[in-house]
Amino acid sequence: MALAQQVSDATEERIASLSMPEGGFTAAARADALARVRQMGLPGRRDEYWKFTRPDTLVQAGAPKAALFDPKEAPVFDTVDRLRIVFVDGVFDKEASDDLTLEGLTIERLADVSDRDIHWAKDAYGAIEATVHDPVQRPLAALNTAFAQDGVLIHVTGKVSKPVNISYMHRSETSDAYLHHVIRMDEGSEMTLLENGPAAARFSKVLEIDVADGAKFHHIRTQGRDHERRAMSCIFGRLGRESEFKSFTLTANGVMTRNECVLTLTGDDAIAHVAGACLGDGDFHHDDTVFVTHDAERCESRQVFKKVLRNGATGVFQGKILVQPGAQKTDGYQISQSLLLDGDSQFLAKPELEIYADDVACSHGSTSGAIDEDSLFYLRARGVPEAQAINMLVLAFLAEAVDEIENEEISDEILGRLSDWLERRID
Amino acid sequence: MLEIKNLEVKLEEEDKQILKGVNLSIESGSVHAIMGPNGSGKSTLSYVLSGREGYEVIGGEAHLDGEDILELEPEERAAAGLFLAFQYPVEIPGVGNMTFLRTALNAQRAARGEDEMSAADFLKLVREKAKSLKIDGDMLKRPVNVGFSGGEKKRNEILQMALLEPKMCILDETDSGLDVDAMKLVSEGVNALRNEGRSFLVITHYQRLLDHIKPDVVHIMYDGRIIKSGGPDLALEVENNGYADLLAEVG
Repeated sequence: MALAQQVSDATEERIASLSMPEGGFTAAARADALARVRQMGLPGRRDEYWKFTRPDTLVQAGAPKAALFDPKEAPVFDTVDRLRIVFVDGVFDKEASDDLTLEGLTIERLADVSDRDIHWAKDAYGAIEATVHDPVQRPLAALNTAFAQDGVLIHVTGKVSKPVNISYMHRSETSDAYLHHVIRMDEGSEMTLLENGPAAARFSKVLEIDVADGAKFHHIRTQGRDHERRAMSCIFGRLGRESEFKSFTLTANGVMTRNECVLTLTGDDAIAHVAGACLGDGDFHHDDTVFVTHDAERCESRQVFKKVLRNGATGVFQGKILVQPGAQKTDGYQISQSLLLDGDSQFLAKPELEIYADDVACSHGSTSGAIDEDSLFYLRARGVPEAQAINMLVLAFLAEAVDEIENEEISDEILGRLSDWLERRID
Repeated sequence: MLEIKNLEVKLEEEDKQILKGVNLSIESGSVHAIMGPNGSGKSTLSYVLSGREGYEVIGGEAHLDGEDILELEPEERAAAGLFLAFQYPVEIPGVGNMTFLRTALNAQRAARGEDEMSAADFLKLVREKAKSLKIDGDMLKRPVNVGFSGGEKKRNEILQMALLEPKMCILDETDSGLDVDAMKLVSEGVNALRNEGRSFLVITHYQRLLDHIKPDVVHIMYDGRIIKSGGPDLALEVENNGYADLLAEVG
């Protein structure tokens, strides 16, 4: 069906504002992606999948201005022994980055190798993204594939001893950054990826990850506290037999954040966990949109999302578990909860299950509520001042999502940050 | 220590008066008990004194060592030395018991202008107090009251009392849900805290708790008033004859 003229015009306007890197092994994938964008059209308010989140500022040509923000604290993960890769407003910062060599993997920058015609990532770049548009179209992801300026290509061959940390700094008020990462994990390999920082005034990121049989991928990221930043991020994953994918995201403030995570469990006995904690204090909008497809037997998937909202913040959760015919013994779980600290904030949830196999266990739940008055009184009756007592309860609420992080050092770091941020709000 | 004069209280959201002029004077170092049938206003009294929302004081006053406590926030009352052992201790998932105890202790110290207690000193103190109440390390590590049995919850209340060292302790039906052994353990915990500078108000339905925690004065509460006060014998009288005779007596 032809696109409405309005959609088509908006799409062409955006395309015209971007420049596509030429030649090299990604050229065909970029051209295909661009064709997908033109065919789908960029999202508008009437798209069902954008029902709770206005895509306008993500779609428009040029990033809306975003004031810089000094968090007055050391970057997250600063105390963790890791390999650091730094992008400032989407541009690689060699000085601030570590040497990109580490045993068990190879790391290359997309911009460094994209003029080559032959590369392992030739079959991978845009490959999973091309598969995620049915039943839901994700044109902003295709736009990223077509126009991404840089990114990292990681080939994991063994068990990597320390985490790889991609750190995104925001130093320009009008930066519009497009990064596209591709990770290929060989059989039995293991890695942890850390991501942190606000990245840019507007940030578009796609991470495609192929987790081969028996491989383990752990991912922990924090999205910065810059109030005016905007971000559209996508994680597209394919999981092999007995593989493991565990991702946790902490989102703090930011005027617009849309995080999509689309995973397909293609091998038996695979495990996929996606969790998020979000703290919105002000005119902020956080959208977590998750789609997990079970296409093999005895797989386990788990979605745990917790949002604390106040002063006009909006939280969105759209989570789906699709169990394909034959995906017997599936164990699917999904919970999304919000804590609304005042009457100005809102939580919009759309949990979905679609099941075509007859021997599965799937459950989902979604709640929103205020601080429990009995708990608050109990703490205050023991001498804890009200603001501090509320913080304790907020932290306890979010901790259930943070607990999804297996690495104790990192979960402590995340809880410590949350606690600091909450504390600072009292001052 | 605690002076309550003509305290009148109604529910905030309903036109229903619960306390209709309560008078009570508890001297330093003494143990008072309040007994009374269901719905007489015993628990309301404990909640109003500790500052729970949902009640409106429409008359009278309450002073703790001369300070008007009804004007204070719950945390300020706690820092002033008031402690309520809850009838139903609240379960708080996600907040570790140790974190809770330490935060409470240090918040009260801060409110009194004292230094925070170090983690090491605190650990030592908790272990010592917990031991006599037979509270093990596991109970200290778990989230506050989550998965605790009825007896464990009440022991945890007494542990908080022992750590916070309040001067005025209100025990709201601390015996409810306890078996004989647990009641003995809890009572021993309370008795160990009895001293000249600390007073207790023990709210109970049954005389049996008062066999273990021996009161100096017993009050009978009915329909929002204290209708009779006397020595420990009054509790025995109630136990033997029920409330009906007493009610008939006072009309």
